[in-house]
Amino acid sequence: MPLLEVNKLSISFVQYVNGSVQQRITVVEELDFAINEGEIVAVVGASGSGKSLLAHAIMGILPKNVETTGSISYGGELLDEKLLQRHRGREIALVPQSVSFLDPLMRVGKQLHTRADGEVQDKERESLFERFQLGKHVARMFPFQLSGGMARKVLVSTAALGRTRLIIADEPTPGMHPDDVAEALGRFKQLAEGGCAVLFITHDIEAALQIADKVAVFYAGEAIELAAAEDFQGQGERLRHPYTKALWRALPQNSFEPITGTQPARSSDVQGCLFAARCSSYAEECKAKRPDSREVRGGMVRCLHAT
Amino acid sequence: MRLEGSQLGWRYADGAWLFNDFSIALHSGEVVGLVGPSGSGKTSLGRLLAGYMKPITGTVILSGDNQHKGSYHPVQMIFQHPERAVNPRWRLSKTVTEGWTPDEALLEALGIQKHWLQRYPNELSGGELQRCCIARALGPDTKFLIADEMTTMLDAITQAQIWHTVLDIVHTRQIGLLVISHDHALVNKICERTVNFA
Amino acid sequence: MSQLAAVQQGKTRNGWNVRKRAYVSATGAGLLLVAIGIGSWLLGSAGLSVQLDNRNLPPSLAHLFGTDWLGRDMLSRTVKGLALSIQVGMLGAACSVIIAAVMGLMAATLGKTADRIITWLIDVFLSVPHLVMLILIAFVCGGGLKGVAIGIMLTHWPSLARLIRAEALQLMSAEYVLVSRKLGRSSYWVATRHLAPHLLPQLLVGFLLLFPHAVLHEAAVTFLGLGMSPHQPAIGIILSESMRYLSTGMWWLAVFPGLGLLATVRAFDKLGHYLRQLVDPRNAHL
Repeated sequence: MPLLEVNKLSISFVQYVNGSVQQRITVVEELDFAINEGEIVAVVGASGSGKSLLAHAIMGILPKNVETTGSISYGGELLDEKLLQRHRGREIALVPQSVSFLDPLMRVGKQLHTRADGEVQDKERESLFERFQLGKHVARMFPFQLSGGMARKVLVSTAALGRTRLIIADEPTPGMHPDDVAEALGRFKQLAEGGCAVLFITHDIEAALQIADKVAVFYAGEAIELAAAEDFQGQGERLRHPYTKALWRALPQNSFEPITGTQPARSSDVQGCLFAARCSSYAEECKAKRPDSREVRGGMVRCLHAT
Repeated sequence: MRLEGSQLGWRYADGAWLFNDFSIALHSGEVVGLVGPSGSGKTSLGRLLAGYMKPITGTVILSGDNQHKGSYHPVQMIFQHPERAVNPRWRLSKTVTEGWTPDEALLEALGIQKHWLQRYPNELSGGELQRCCIARALGPDTKFLIADEMTTMLDAITQAQIWHTVLDIVHTRQIGLLVISHDHALVNKICERTVNFA
Repeated sequence: MSQLAAVQQGKTRNGWNVRKRAYVSATGAGLLLVAIGIGSWLLGSAGLSVQLDNRNLPPSLAHLFGTDWLGRDMLSRTVKGLALSIQVGMLGAACSVIIAAVMGLMAATLGKTADRIITWLIDVFLSVPHLVMLILIAFVCGGGLKGVAIGIMLTHWPSLARLIRAEALQLMSAEYVLVSRKLGRSSYWVATRHLAPHLLPQLLVGFLLLFPHAVLHEAAVTFLGLGMSPHQPAIGIILSESMRYLSTGMWWLAVFPGLGLLATVRAFDKLGHYLRQLVDPRNAHL
C-alpha cells in the first residue's frame, strides 16, 4: 500500500471575470498519484502544469479562492484537516519554494525544532548545519537575515531522520550552489534510505534524475507519464509519452531542439488528449476522448499510441 | 559597438566584496556566457553593465554611444522572474509597447499570440510572460542584451524555443548578448565564448 | 482507499463574494450619507429651537425620535449632529490621508536622512495613544471645530504614512519600474503610470478606514467636553448631555443618536474592509 495516494484530485480557481461575476477555472483535473515509503518520486513539468498545486493540496495550503475535489490518503487514512494538523511539520515536512514560508518572527533554530524532536534529531540537525557550512549562529538568526542560498539550506534542514515519513520538496534547488545542491540531494537520498518518501517537485530534470527512482511528468494539470529514472537516456527511446520525449530532447545537453506551441492554460478548453495540438503522432482518435492511463513497460502513460 | 566594464567592484552596504577588479568586454553580434554559482554576484554584474546600478569601483563604458541620457537605453536586461518585471495591473499590450511598438513579425517570431496581449500578467504562464519581456526589450535601439538567468524558471521545451528565437534575432541584428547562467550545458550550447565568474 | 470524500469541500459560497459585498456596502454607505445630507437640509433649523411646551416627549409621529428637556426635536438634532460629525470626520480623515501620502512619499524618495526623520516621527506619534494626543492637541488649539479637526488630522496619519512609505519603497525598486526608466520613460511618466495607479487605491482604502475612526474620535473628544461648543448639535455633545437624563428613563435621548453614530461608523468601516481585501492581490479573487 502506498504511503501517500492521491485519487482523482481536481483543483479549480474561482476568479472574477466581469464585475462581481466569478468563474471556476479548472487547472488540475482528476489527477492520480501515489508514492511508497523509501521512494523518491520527482515531479517534472512546465510552470502551470499543476506540480506545485499538488504539493500545496497535500499540505492543505492552497489559496482561499481554490476549490478541490477528490481524495488524498496518507498511510491508508483519509488525509483531512485533522490528520494534517497532527502530521504537518512532523511526519509530513514541506521544503518550500521560498523563505516567505518561514515564520518571520521566530528564530531559525526554534522553528526547525518541533515537539516530536528529541536529542537525536537535534544532533542530526547540528551536523547537517555543519555540512552545509552554516555556522552555529545561523540557528539564532531570524529568517530575514538569511541570504537566498542560506535560506534554501535551512529549508532543506526542516526534515529530520526518525520523525519525517514524507517530504514534499517544492523546487528546493534553484539558486543553490552546485555543491550544496549535491549536499541537499544527498540529504534527501539519505532520508529515503531511512524509509522516508520524498516527493521532489522541480522543472530541472537533471537534478531530478540524480536522485529520483521514478519521474512523474505533468502536463496541463495531468500526470501524463510515470517513468523509471533509467528511462531518461540516449534520445529518449525508452520514454513513453511524446511530450516526455520532446522535453528530454529539448535539454541543452541533448539536441536542444524544441517542439512548437505552448501548454494549454486550462484543461477544460481542450477536448481529447491535452497534448494533441503539439503531437507528431497525432491521429483522429486522439481528439475523441482524453486517453486513460495505462501500463506500458512497467510505467504509466496517458497516450493511445505509446508502446 | 563595444560594451566594456573595467575593474568593476561591487558589494552590499558593509558586506564583503562580491567581486573586485573584474573586467569584461562584449562586442556587437557576440554571444558571451557568464557562468558562476549563485550568490557570486553575477546578477549584480549584469545590473552594473545594464546601468541599473553605479559600480562602487571601476567604470562601464559603451563605446560609440552618442548620448542616450533619459531616452531608450541601448543596453537592455531580461530578468529571471518575468512576473516581477511586468506591472501586474497592466494588460500585456501596454507592457509590450512601453518602450517601442514591436511589429507583427517579431511577435510572431517570439510565439506571442494576439490574445495574450489582452490579458493581465497573472493570467499568463512564466514562459509566456518572458516572451513578452523579450519583445519589450528588443527595440530598434537595443545594441546589447543582458539575459540574467532568463530561462532558469522555465521548462526545457520553452527554454529551447526562446533561445532559438533570441539567437536568430541577435544574429540578424548584430546585437551583443551576454548570457548569465549557472547552467554550463546551456552556455556551452549557445555561446561563442564563456567567462568564468568566481 | 476508495473513499471519494472531498478533501477540501468547496468553501461555503452563498453567492456573496467580496466584490458583491463591497458593492452593497458602498451603496449602503452612500445612501446613508445622502440621507443625512438631504435630511439635515430638509429638516431646517426649526427643530433645533427651544419649545418649552414640548419638553421630554417620548417618540411619537410628530417627533419620531422624541424631544429633549428643552423641547428640541431629537430627529433634527441627531441628523444635524451626524452631518456635523461626518463633516469633521471627512475633513480630518482627508487631511490625514494627504499628510500620510506626503510624509510616506517623502520618506521613500528624499533619501536616507529624510527617511530616518520621518520614520522616527511616525514612531513617536504611534507610541502615544491616539486619544491622549488628540485631547492634548484639541486643548492646545482651544477646542471647537478647529481644534478637533486639527487634532484628528495630526493623530491619524502615522500608520497610513508607514504603509505608503513601504509600498512606495517597494514599488521604486520593483523591476518593472526600473525597466521602465531604461526604456526611456521619464520619472514623471513612471510616477503617473506605474506608482500612482498602485498607490491611489491604497489611499482610498486608507481614507475609508480612517473616516469612521475620525468620526468616533470626534464624538469621543466632544463627549469629554473638549471638542465642539455646546451650542453646536454634535453627536458627542448630544450623548454627553443625555447622560444626565438617562436615569430618569428618557432612553430616546441616547439610543437614536447612538445608533446613528454606530450605523455611520459601521457602514464605512465595512466598506473600507472589503475594499482593502480586494486591493490585496492575495485576496483579489475571494
